[in-house]
Order: sequence, then C-alpha cells, then structure tokens
Amino acid sequence: MIVAERLSWVLKLRRGHKLNMEVFFQQFSNGLAIGGIYALIALGYTMVYGVLRLINFAHGDLFTSGAFLGYTFLVSLALGQSAGTVGAILLVVLLVMGVAAFLGYVLERCAYRPLRRSNRLNAVVSAIGASIVIQNSIMLIYGPQVLVFPAGMKPNVIVEIFGLNFPLMRFFLFGASVMLMLGLYFFINRTRLGTAIRAVAIDQDASRLMGIDVSQIISLMFMIGAALGGAAGVMVGVYYGQITFTMGWIYGLKAFTAAIMGGIGNIPGAMLGGMLLGMVESMAAAYISAGWKDAITFLVLIVILICRPTGLLGERVAEKI
Amino acid sequence: MLLRIKNLRVAYGNVEALHGVDIEVREGEIVAILGANGAGKSTTLRAISGLHRPKSGEILFAGQPLHSLPSHEIVMRGVVQAPEGRRVFATLTVGENLEMGAFVCKDKKTVASRLKKVLDLFPRLGERREQLAGTLSGGEQQMLAIGRALMSGPRLLLLDEPSLGLAPIMIKPIFSTIKAINQAGVTVLLVEQSAFVALKVAHRAYVLDVGKVVMSGSGANLLKDPEVQKTYLGGGRK
Ligand SMILES: Nc1ncnc2c1ncn2[C@@H]1O[C@H](COP(=O)(O)OP(=O)(O)O)[C@@H](O)[C@H]1O
Ligand SMILES: [Mg+2]
Repeated sequence: MIVAERLSWVLKLRRGHKLNMEVFFQQFSNGLAIGGIYALIALGYTMVYGVLRLINFAHGDLFTSGAFLGYTFLVSLALGQSAGTVGAILLVVLLVMGVAAFLGYVLERCAYRPLRRSNRLNAVVSAIGASIVIQNSIMLIYGPQVLVFPAGMKPNVIVEIFGLNFPLMRFFLFGASVMLMLGLYFFINRTRLGTAIRAVAIDQDASRLMGIDVSQIISLMFMIGAALGGAAGVMVGVYYGQITFTMGWIYGLKAFTAAIMGGIGNIPGAMLGGMLLGMVESMAAAYISAGWKDAITFLVLIVILICRPTGLLGERVAEKI
Repeated sequence: MLLRIKNLRVAYGNVEALHGVDIEVREGEIVAILGANGAGKSTTLRAISGLHRPKSGEILFAGQPLHSLPSHEIVMRGVVQAPEGRRVFATLTVGENLEMGAFVCKDKKTVASRLKKVLDLFPRLGERREQLAGTLSGGEQQMLAIGRALMSGPRLLLLDEPSLGLAPIMIKPIFSTIKAINQAGVTVLLVEQSAFVALKVAHRAYVLDVGKVVMSGSGANLLKDPEVQKTYLGGGRK
C-alpha cells in the first residue's frame, strides 16, 4: 500500500502538469453530469414555489420514486436487454417521467389542494407527512437494502478526447438534462400555456380574471416538476449504479440549495444554481477534500446569499404590483 | 336583463362587507357603481367574477347563475373584469398580456381579429408590444388592462376604478374609450370613486354606502341630486 502510494506520488510529480489537467477535466465532466441532475431536481422546487410560494418537501421523494421506477423498468422488466442500453435508458427515462408526473399530480391533489386555503404551516406539515409516506412506501415495496444495478446495465463506454479518457455516460447525462431544460425553457417562454404559467406566478387573481384555471396550472407545475425529478432519479441510478429509499433526502436538500442559490421561483436560476452546485462539489472533492465537499457547497451558498440575498437571478422573480 | 344581482351578501371572515345588494344591468347599458372608499364596490365586482364566494344571494347572467361557477368559467360565459389597480402582468410583454386576455379563446383567427380591434382602439399598445408591461406609464397600463379584458370577447365588461392613479389628462380619453367600447356593443358595469366623470358616461348608477345600495337612478338625475352633489361631487367637480 505505502509503496504504491509513494509510487503514484512520484509519478504525479513527474507528470504533474498532465495529471493536473486530467484531474481538472475529469472533475469538470463529472460536475456537468451531477450539475445537470441537481438542476433537474431544483426545477421542481422552484416551479412549485413560483406558483404556490410553498416548498414541496416531498419533492426529494418523488425523485427517489423515479430512481426505483427506473430500476424496475430497466432491471426487473429487463428492458435493457431488448432495446440496447442507451435506447433503453432513454425509453425508461420517458416512461418514468410519465409515471412520476402522475405521482406529482396525486401528491398535489391529496396533500396540498385540500389545504390551499389554510395556513402555510399546515401545508408544510402535510408536505413532510407526504414525504414520509412516499419514503416508507418505497421501503415496503422494494425493501430497506441498497439496490445495485447489474454491472452490464451500467454502460461503461469510454470516449477519448484530447488524449484523455472519459466515461461517455457523463456526457450522455449532461446532454439529456440539457435537452430537458431546453424543452422546459421553450415551453415556458414560447407557448400559450407557458405564458399562463408565468402569469399565474405573477398574480393568481389577475390570472383567474383572464379565464386561466389556476388549479389546473398548479397541477401542471407539480407534474412537470415531478417528471423532471423522476428523470433525475433514473439518471442517478444509472450513473452511480446503486439506489436506496432514503436517497431523496440528500439530493433533495442539495437541489433545494441549488434552487435557493439561483433564486427560488426563478426557472433559469434553478438551472444555473444546479450546474454551479454540481461543479463546485465536483471540484471541491478533487482539490480540497472529498470529505469536505458538502461543507464547501453550503459555504458557497452562504456566501452567495450574503452577497445576493435573493439568489443569483433572484431579482427576476415576478414582482407583485 | 343581462345581469341581475339579488340580495347579495359577501363576508370577509366574520365581517360582512355587503349586506344584501341588488343591482341590475340591461344589455347595452353603461352602469356605474359609486361610493366612498370601503363601501363595497370592489367586493361586488369580485363576487361577480367569482374571486370571492357570496354568503348568500344570487348573481344571474343572462338568466344563468354565476355565483357557483369558478372564475375561468365566468370568463367563458362572457363576463370579464379589469380589476382595481390594473394588475397587468408586469414581467410579461404587452403582447403576452393581451394573449393572456384571450386565454379562453382557442381559435387563432378570432384571437387575431380581436387583437387587431384592440390595437386599433389603443394604438399605443401596438407600438409597445414587445415591451414589458411593468415599464408602461399608468395610463398605458390602464389601456392594457382594458385591452386585455376585451381580448376575451366579453358581453359584459366590469371596470374597477379605471381612473385610479391616472394623470388628470389621461382620465378623459379613458372614459371616451369606455363609451366607444360600449357603442361597439359591450355592456359595461363601472366602479368609480370619481363620481362626476362616471355619471357623465353612465346611463344609470347605483350609490353604495357601507355595503348597501342607498340611491340609484339615471346618470343625469344623480348628477343633479343635491344629496349626491354634497356627498360625492363636493370639490370633485371640475
Ligand atoms: N381581503 C379583505 N379582507 C378583509 N376585509 C376586506 C377585504 N377586502 C375588502 N375588505 C373590506 O370590505 C369592505 C369593502 O371593501 P371594498 O369592496 O374593497 O370597497 P371599495 O372597493 O368600495 O373601496 C371594506 O370595509 C374593506 O375593509
Ligand atoms: Mg375598490
């Protein structure tokens, strides 16, 4: 052991420059993949907050549901064998997004809508209750142990770029999250329904007076948020190859942090916050210490909030007149 | 009778704001609701638009009850409101605001022809179509609020204090536009604190005081009424 460490240390010294570059690019590509995942989850928090001014505490568990549904489709139903790995993952992501959207719809109907007119604290308690219900349901269905994706399930294609080797999966995940975000951005900014979503985020009563069914828009927000969170769940599953029923807690917390960093309620803010958080975490793990990466992430959050209390893009949150 | 409000009672929590209001609007009329601040004028309009459920009483539009419908269905029936304080979507463009006004209309051709009419009525909005609504002046925002309401193709237009906060030179053009809209076939129910301008365009008017109708009649008669002059026109006359 000690000899090996010594040896690698010597090698590092001799090839110092190239290694540094390699570490940087490896961490950078890893940061893109994780950042995309955080961004997708963060969007769910920010979209619901945008229309309801409410933190959906059960959102992390919708993400977990996505991961487990992905496992079911890919491993248990063996979709991977029939469609080829990348195709299967894409198909499964779409399937899971559909089911997760349905779960998001049910969540809003059962846990939030009955409390729409009651005070905020009730909704928070209900949200935490829903979180526990979802988490425990997953545990009862799949068991409390860590589920590991079979080795063949995790595509391990390596691509060579400028003489450095990268797992293709990173770019695939990053690309998928960028596509989803572009789709969302287009939907929100260029369609009639998207404009209605922005209108509801600005002024609910004025939107009602325009004939917009605000309840329907709120349902839609939960569905889109859950679908994106579910997609992120599948991605984490295939990237790290293992999932547990409690994973939604830490991913939820990080993505929530990302949403705050970007300015909660602000859609581009959640995207930016997620990417930034993934990148900071990945770089901190390599250059400072893997053990301290979470502490550093929160340090960055604190610094951002001190400098810009509304988050990076926060001032563009719809202001009320 | 296009709109008939019968014995309407509306409460905020335990506090009743309207204690049995009766108002009628005939097709083609401009009807004004006057009254001091806090009289219950906005509450009446909010109840018609379904933003606030009445405690009791009836709101009938073309014979059909509105008081149990959600707001968006009330808009679909042809009753639309430009609310107090304008409430334009500040971070949407003028064009997007107008598009939202036509949200209940799925037919693109109809929307395009309404847009053309609204831009003919308010050419200023056409020039500022790409601009964010929050950057418009108060008068332009009021035009946008009215134009946006017209985009749904209403039979009955509810206007809550269209002159509120406007520069005096903007008030006259807004009211002549209201008259033009009415002449084009839209029935108007108008809430105003500045009674004088309102009575000049209104065919009939109701005076509300702490949640009750205390007076009603034709615009011309109310203008001459000594009681009205003393309470609502004193000093306000220009
Ligand atoms: N959201 C509300 N909550 C509680 N009371 C309200 C609310 N809105 C209005 N009121 C009360 O209802 C009464 C009528 O208000 P409103 O209809 O706004 O009057 P107006 O439009 O004639 O100025 C007032 O006494 C006001 O204080
Ligand atoms: Mg008022």
